[in-house]
Amino acid sequence: MTYTTAIFYFFAAILVFAGLRVITARNPVHAALYLVLAFFTAAGLWMLLEAEFLAITLVLVYVGAVMVLFLFVVMMLDINLEKLREGFWDYLPLAGFVAVLLVIEMALILGSRHFGLDVMGTPAPHAADYSNTKELGRVLYTEYVYAFELAAVILLVAIVAAIALTLRRRKDSKYIDPAEQVKVKRNDRLRIVKMQATQKPGAGEGGT
Amino acid sequence: MESAGMDWTAIQAVVWTLVKIFALVVPLMLGVAYLTYAERKIIGWMQVRIGPNRVGFQGLLQPIADAVKLLMKEIIIPAGASRGLFILGPILAIAPALAAWAVIPFTDTLVLANINAGLLYVMAITSMGVYGVIIAGWASNSKYAFLGAMRSAAQIVSYEIAMGFALVGVLMAAQSLNLTDIVQGQAGGLHHWYFIPLFPLFLVYLISGVAETNRAPFDVAEGESEIVAGFHVEYSGMAFAVFFLAEYANMILIAALTTLMFLGGWLSPVTFLPDGIVWWLAKTAFVLFLFLWFRATFPRYRYDQIMRLGWKVFIPITIVWIVVVGGMMQTPYGYLFH
Repeated sequence: MTYTTAIFYFFAAILVFAGLRVITARNPVHAALYLVLAFFTAAGLWMLLEAEFLAITLVLVYVGAVMVLFLFVVMMLDINLEKLREGFWDYLPLAGFVAVLLVIEMALILGSRHFGLDVMGTPAPHAADYSNTKELGRVLYTEYVYAFELAAVILLVAIVAAIALTLRRRKDSKYIDPAEQVKVKRNDRLRIVKMQATQKPGAGEGGT
Repeated sequence: MESAGMDWTAIQAVVWTLVKIFALVVPLMLGVAYLTYAERKIIGWMQVRIGPNRVGFQGLLQPIADAVKLLMKEIIIPAGASRGLFILGPILAIAPALAAWAVIPFTDTLVLANINAGLLYVMAITSMGVYGVIIAGWASNSKYAFLGAMRSAAQIVSYEIAMGFALVGVLMAAQSLNLTDIVQGQAGGLHHWYFIPLFPLFLVYLISGVAETNRAPFDVAEGESEIVAGFHVEYSGMAFAVFFLAEYANMILIAALTTLMFLGGWLSPVTFLPDGIVWWLAKTAFVLFLFLWFRATFPRYRYDQIMRLGWKVFIPITIVWIVVVGGMMQTPYGYLFH
């Protein structure tokens, strides 16, 4: 067993364990944290495949941003586990179907010799100075530019829709406009009254 | 025999790497210790106080005394805490803070791992740092800690976007993700450093860096006056000290990255003086001084103001400047942005 294979099995074992714990952990926060571990380990495996751009992006986007927000929501929600488990038997047939599909797909890959997939051949390893990022960028902005633009527009529509759906102005909320705050002049807020600090002795009522 | 020989070289490589990691982490930890001393002294002087001056000459042994004190204190785990995660919190805070140092170059040859996606690696690793805060806040099972964790999560995710966009500008100017290449792209004296063509991005990066490290005036995750000490309110002894170490290691990291990407790294500002690690240290120290200066000067932001600054000011500025840089590169004046 070479060093790379050993690393692969190490990561794979952690990934399978983390994946199992995502669905078996009783506490949703623990499940979400196992999902973080699964993502991170998957990124390690992609690194072994020399897909360093994808691996780092997986960590950056999914671990660094998506899962943080996910945890944020999971921690805030009051999740009733009993209620979640109610529909277990109803969903079992659908889940079983998905599981069978996954097993078939895995079998196709693992038994690729029998299905003629080995005509693809093993890609040759690249030199150390090969920049995965540059190559990806090059094809993304030349060959696949239309697909790329399309995906960008769809994402933009999704962003606009998400904001439009959640944006509601509360009437009773006091919004602050910093521009207005900055524009305020002294005379708008402050009135200077000139008056004498003390009355002269003998001028007031109480004087004798 | 063949495999035994290969094993031996593999072991040698691993041991050699460990030695290098050790040689990197020990000065870093010393730097962290004396950054706390510098912070207390500098803020002291700024506020016309003396600062620590009892332990050792001019208080120079104060960080050591603090470390010893924290080591000897008991680590109290609250009864209602989620035990495993409570201990994992500080570990997850310090691990990314140290791991990111692997790709930081000190001179053109002195770097632990010179990888070609260094910039991406740093961004990915530093984005992991928030987990320490979130997990600590949640596992403590305390209202204040939880509030701190929530604040921190929202804040760090927001400022990461602005930081990422600022780095896109650097990437466009340097045309490389390799940190060594980025510094080499700034060769030729002060006026070639990227902080001039990318000045808005430099400012956004520096301020976002302060926010990312939860430093004043963005330290709402701790917010002593509002939520006691935020995410680490339940931590004591060394567990607390690890959070402290992580915060300061992150500060030095952000300062080092600012130095590398905008201030020319180890390059000398004038061409007749030789380049060297001295410049790197001096520039990083200067950026760190700015961090301390901010803390001594600005009052803490209100939370909605932090969010506004991140989303409505910094992100638009970075996007506009990326477009400006991209557009200028197509004109005959493009050389100004390289």
